[in-house]
Amino acid sequence: MTVSATTGSLAAAAPALVPYDDAVARYEPVIGLETHVELGTVTKMFCGCRTVFGAEPNSSVCPVCLGLPGSLPVTNRVAIEYTIRIGLALNCDISTWCRFARKNYFYPDMPKDYQISQYDEPLCTDGWLDIEVDGRPVRIGIERVHLEEDTGKSLHVGGATGRIHGADYSLVDYNRAGIPLVEVVTKPVPGTGALAPEIARAYVTELRELLRALGVSDVRMEEGSLRCDVNTSIAPAGAPWGTRTETKNVNSLRSVERAVRFEIQRQAGVLDAGGRIIQETRHFQEGAGTTIAGRSKEEAQDYRYFPEPDLVPLAPSGEWVDELRAALPELPAARRARLRADWGLSALGMTALANAGALDLVEQTVAAGTTAADARKWWLGELARRANESGTELAALPVTPAQVARVAALVTAGTLNDKLARQVLDFVLAGEGEPDEIVAARGLAVVSDDGALTAAVDEAIAAHPDIAAKIRDGKTAAAGALVGAVMKATRGQADAGRARELILDRLG
Amino acid sequence: MSADRKICGDLTELTAAQTAAAVAAGDASAVEVTTAHLDKIAAIDARVHAFLHVAPEQALAAARAVDERRAAGEPLGPLAGVPLALKDVFTTADMPTTCGSRILENWQPPYDATITRRLRQAGVVLLGKTNMDEFAMGSSTENSAFGPSRNPWDLTRVPGGSSGGSAAAVAAYEAPLAMGTDTGGSIRQPAAVCGIVGVKPTYGGSSRYGLVAFASSLDTPGPLARTVLDAALLHEVMSGHDPCDSTSVDAPVPPVVAAARQADVAGLRIGVVSELRGDGYQPGVLARFREAVELLESIGAKVTEVSCPHFRYALPTYYLVAPSEASSNLARFDAMRYGLRVGDDGTRSADEVMSLTRAAGFGAEVKRRIILGTYALSSGYYEAYYGKAQQVRTLISRDFDAAFEQVDVLVSPTTPTTAFPIGERADDPMAMYLADLCTIPSDLAGNAALSVPCGLAPEDGLPVGLQVMAPALADDRLYRVGAAVEAALEQRWGGPLLGQAEGIG
Repeated sequence: MTVSATTGSLAAAAPALVPYDDAVARYEPVIGLETHVELGTVTKMFCGCRTVFGAEPNSSVCPVCLGLPGSLPVTNRVAIEYTIRIGLALNCDISTWCRFARKNYFYPDMPKDYQISQYDEPLCTDGWLDIEVDGRPVRIGIERVHLEEDTGKSLHVGGATGRIHGADYSLVDYNRAGIPLVEVVTKPVPGTGALAPEIARAYVTELRELLRALGVSDVRMEEGSLRCDVNTSIAPAGAPWGTRTETKNVNSLRSVERAVRFEIQRQAGVLDAGGRIIQETRHFQEGAGTTIAGRSKEEAQDYRYFPEPDLVPLAPSGEWVDELRAALPELPAARRARLRADWGLSALGMTALANAGALDLVEQTVAAGTTAADARKWWLGELARRANESGTELAALPVTPAQVARVAALVTAGTLNDKLARQVLDFVLAGEGEPDEIVAARGLAVVSDDGALTAAVDEAIAAHPDIAAKIRDGKTAAAGALVGAVMKATRGQADAGRARELILDRLG
Repeated sequence: MSADRKICGDLTELTAAQTAAAVAAGDASAVEVTTAHLDKIAAIDARVHAFLHVAPEQALAAARAVDERRAAGEPLGPLAGVPLALKDVFTTADMPTTCGSRILENWQPPYDATITRRLRQAGVVLLGKTNMDEFAMGSSTENSAFGPSRNPWDLTRVPGGSSGGSAAAVAAYEAPLAMGTDTGGSIRQPAAVCGIVGVKPTYGGSSRYGLVAFASSLDTPGPLARTVLDAALLHEVMSGHDPCDSTSVDAPVPPVVAAARQADVAGLRIGVVSELRGDGYQPGVLARFREAVELLESIGAKVTEVSCPHFRYALPTYYLVAPSEASSNLARFDAMRYGLRVGDDGTRSADEVMSLTRAAGFGAEVKRRIILGTYALSSGYYEAYYGKAQQVRTLISRDFDAAFEQVDVLVSPTTPTTAFPIGERADDPMAMYLADLCTIPSDLAGNAALSVPCGLAPEDGLPVGLQVMAPALADDRLYRVGAAVEAALEQRWGGPLLGQAEGIG
């Protein structure tokens, strides 16, 4: 299958990229982000089909989400509720009356060949999200938060790019069609200077945390439940804003940063060469870290928006909105501030925890009775190393905060020492059960039974007469060597403190 | 008329109420009734062409189920065992649903419309699917891809449209009841020109789920019948809130059957709409209309003249709103998932297959309206066309509001003319559009309206309809007035108007 050729911007050879530092020294970037979030509702936006990921293609569909003739949409109240909660968390005004609109365009993955969306009457408007970049607070303005239905998913078979152009044929899976999708649109963010890419990334990171805290989406970028379009423009300092490009397909936090950086460099190259920036859609190339031209806005489709006549207007009552506002959970920024204070952490320490994805894990471990210091030690030390080795997220390790807390408690109680504790965690990760079961089954507890220890102590004294002599002479510091021998003989299970006492008793 | 005599005679001549009573009493079985209608269809429908699809097996199975329920002593609904002709715009899981279009030829939906389901649950026997203008766009059924239906009063004339097949089926005694849909007059206009009763209920009073959309903010399913009471019985059975249709009204169904039985206009204030008569109206139509108004006055109604100044803009407003919505509603016929697919030979793109399919699958009128609507919604034209039309629509609603402060119902002729000859207006869209001049205001306002026969135009001997319009959710007033007019006229005529038709077969 082929589609119409893309823009004339492909025709001319692209000017060279300008080195980043040079580009931002001479041009002032303005960025904007449009983030699509698949809501984690049980059912779709306008029908009762389950929202599923990775199911058999076209297995979660019905006349409504397939757009069969005669079918009609019915709005999912939970999706409205989630959207209002997002709006409230982003400090938005919640509309008291608004309508869905139809966005008309033909595409095989859109069952009705129009998308039910919101146009000039979004549910939430005019808010903000505060982020921090390099210790500098930045307030990102939120233009709007609106609700729409997702499209199906096309799989283009054959051809080099995986896009429809050049493909032999295409398959469409409508399981995703009709999943509620929230779009969060920022206001333009000027004045970022060289920090534009980091700010873009920090915004998406913070938004993702916020959505996760609200429990409205699983916010998995790799599965497409969070998708980003990045708008970038540049202009010489003091000049009016430049023409923006919209980069699509930006599917990881790292890509958000790279896409902005690349666009700044590319656009600087175009302007340096005396060219002009074309308002167009560009596609981010994950492998190369570059963007390529897509559809030009100058030949953009006319979506012929008009109010959706199959749905009645949305009119969330003030009481409902107040109820939802009162029920908002603690939001990430407030939570970080609280935990930082509770745990006595530095800003850097907090950042390290957050970046490692350990915030929830540490908090839950502390809630299970561990000190913050111990919880941090285990998650950022031993367990972070394991996660790193196996290439998984910390949270994906098969160990629960409760189990870590139990291991830490066993260490505090003297039942385990650090070495044994690490072994117990190994067995937990290997799926052998709860820490206490493992300690019992494998006999990993510290040996503090005097009978067993005495024998090991006697053996160690007999085997090292020279050291024993030193101790008898009052050089008690030498006892360490004998303790080491006892530990070795007991394969680390001895209570080192008790062993030392026994040695000194014998030789005192 | 005596039920006993009729049962000995032709079961197709019973009213729906009589049929249901006969079935309930065991005087006739539902299977006998159904068979009689299937036989009638077999005998005459080659000439009338009211049906696109007849489903004898399913109909007889449904009839048998009713007879079994009766035999088992189960209570039967007010229309159990009564045959019905369903406009081919309602989805049916056991019959094709084509909307009179090549693009849906042989399409078999996987689900029943809410109306279809409610009718089945009520024990109504679905005989088949009736012909219609393609996607309900037209006033004559000449826009059907499968050939026009014919007016049982004169087979050279149109039965009106778009529910022309449904109206013809009822007028030709192929079914005592039919379901139609009204977007700009598509129930009332064919009812009027076929000499039967047709009702457009309040918008949202009857479910649109499974009704293939033409113009979502206007489409309204409603009954066609030979008597006002029959229409009321069907109205009551098919109506009521449907959670699958967001625009469905969550309110009790107005007491339409009681109103039809009441058939009394004493003290009722009736307004004659000044703007819905005059130039362009057939003299015989105006004459019968005047007589009907005088009749209403003579049986106790208080008649006054009422002006609705914005009604003159109703037609142009409608031809912006309806095509705009249609251009979007009909986008889904893209050859990708169901229906016709043209040009998919392995060399063409999806875009090309869509274009070829739509070019081949849609008729001229559908294309005309898609183009009109696409234009009206286009960036730069939206405010001037679609936006302005919505504003005028509001003004038309306000005219109704103001009128209903003075009177209980409004009346007008249903159509400016009687049935016109097949082919006469086929190449003149404006002339065709004028057939809906009087019916469109109620669609735009979303209120309720009915057409009841009020005689034959002297110049051509063809039926004339009286239109009654009532405020939203006051559908019962239509039936009071309709039944009163019907009773008074039948007394004058010595029987129903249809008795004056020559009959077919």
